[in-house]
Amino acid sequence: MNIHIPTPLRAYTDKQETVSIPGATVAEGLAALVAAHPALQQHLFTSEGKLRSFVNVYLNDDDVRWLPAGQATAVSPGDELSIIPSIAGGCSKEPSI
Amino acid sequence: MSATVEQPELPKLSNEEVARYSRHLILPEVGMEGQKKLKAARVLCVGTGGLGAPLALYLTAAGVGTIGLVDFDVVEESNLQRQVIHSQATVGRLKVDSAELTLKGLNRNTNIIKHNTMLTSANALEIFKDYDVIADGTDNFQTRYLVNDACVLTGKPNAYGSIFRFEGQASVFATEDGPCYRCLYPEPPPPGLVPSCAEGGVLGILPGLVGVIQATEVIKLILGIGEPLIGRLLLVDALGMSFRTMKLRKNPECPVCGTRQITELIDYDQFCGVPKPTGTGPLEATSPGPAADLPIVDGIPQISVEQLKARMDAGSAPFILDVREPHEYAIVDIGAPLIPVGELTRNLHRLTFPKTTEIVVHCKSGARSQRAALILKENGFTNVSNLAGGILAWADRINKNLPKY
Ligand SMILES: [Zn+2]
Repeated sequence: MNIHIPTPLRAYTDKQETVSIPGATVAEGLAALVAAHPALQQHLFTSEGKLRSFVNVYLNDDDVRWLPAGQATAVSPGDELSIIPSIAGGCSKEPSI
Repeated sequence: MSATVEQPELPKLSNEEVARYSRHLILPEVGMEGQKKLKAARVLCVGTGGLGAPLALYLTAAGVGTIGLVDFDVVEESNLQRQVIHSQATVGRLKVDSAELTLKGLNRNTNIIKHNTMLTSANALEIFKDYDVIADGTDNFQTRYLVNDACVLTGKPNAYGSIFRFEGQASVFATEDGPCYRCLYPEPPPPGLVPSCAEGGVLGILPGLVGVIQATEVIKLILGIGEPLIGRLLLVDALGMSFRTMKLRKNPECPVCGTRQITELIDYDQFCGVPKPTGTGPLEATSPGPAADLPIVDGIPQISVEQLKARMDAGSAPFILDVREPHEYAIVDIGAPLIPVGELTRNLHRLTFPKTTEIVVHCKSGARSQRAALILKENGFTNVSNLAGGILAWADRINKNLPKY
């Protein structure tokens, strides 16, 4: 399957926009993605291994959260997985931390 | 007695207005009735920045009768790359004043209501209640969740837009049956994990593209035509010039629009894990002051630019690491070696000194370097601090000759 990487996370995938990954399910695809690019781990998953709540994963145009089988949904080679993190920009300026 | 249903009284158009809006009037989907609806409509633009600028300009041009503007900022030179409602002549003035000047020049009949304030839990419901549609063009997660919750609680639709670098998102939230922003993202990212536009940059044209999409949605909602982006998330990729839409669902467990357990506005700074704005007022709240005793954030001590400068002057400078990107380094640097934060993990071997060596990490304004400091700490470095305010604070308070970007 092809996984679309959003701009904020491309720093962790050697600037690649799309990553081609083998895997029979959504979960397998995500696991293979993180195995290939370990720096993504903390951005996509909590320390308990749950997908972070400000990161949504879409299988084609469906939010994986709402698919009956969730991350266990079967994926065929032509399917597209998209990672859509929340972005807040408006954009003027933001106080620094 | 007439059998026709009594419509709420719509305002009449003057001859001048008929001439001005003739291209709308000859469109059957707008027509006289639609133009009157636009004249009667009241739209609140939250923010007059990159998104708010094209939004307010097109709504004003189109004949929306009343436009509210919420902003507490002043116009800065670096805004003009994208905030086309402001101009070089208004740099230094309040954004609401600057925006009003431009909008009144475009359409003297538009009623502009200025809210020169930061939107807060204390004032949002009061401000929103006088408007029909809210257009969210803000730039931080706290205000995003505040606007969302206030829209759900007051029953006002939210024409939403957001941008980052070359990508944008747009949707319409908080309609009666549609999902809200919390249905899409129940929680914000922890501070520092997602870079802000000030840190990450943004293509100046992109907010124009996304802001005009928001304006289009506002107009459709007012006129009741077309298919608004309800239950859909539009993704804009300016580099690939591709537009994709994803399906959104109303979350029955959503605490605002689903279970409705949230019945009043909360503390959004706390919700998003960020410090409250200082009591000195929003205009001064840009960088930590020199005298302040800086807190330890997530176990990383924060060092001020004055403290670092004093150490350098005393000849006891720590090892300084710059974690910005090469294209930023090309603009300005303070002589520190560069390893971008995204490449830090696999470049740790380049730090050949003992792990007890004192390291100060810096970036543009302090968010990425905080993340980098955490990475170093996780990898066994025991004496890592973060330069609060980054190279911007350095240029503000130590070496005023440096360019700021
Ligand atoms: Zn909701």
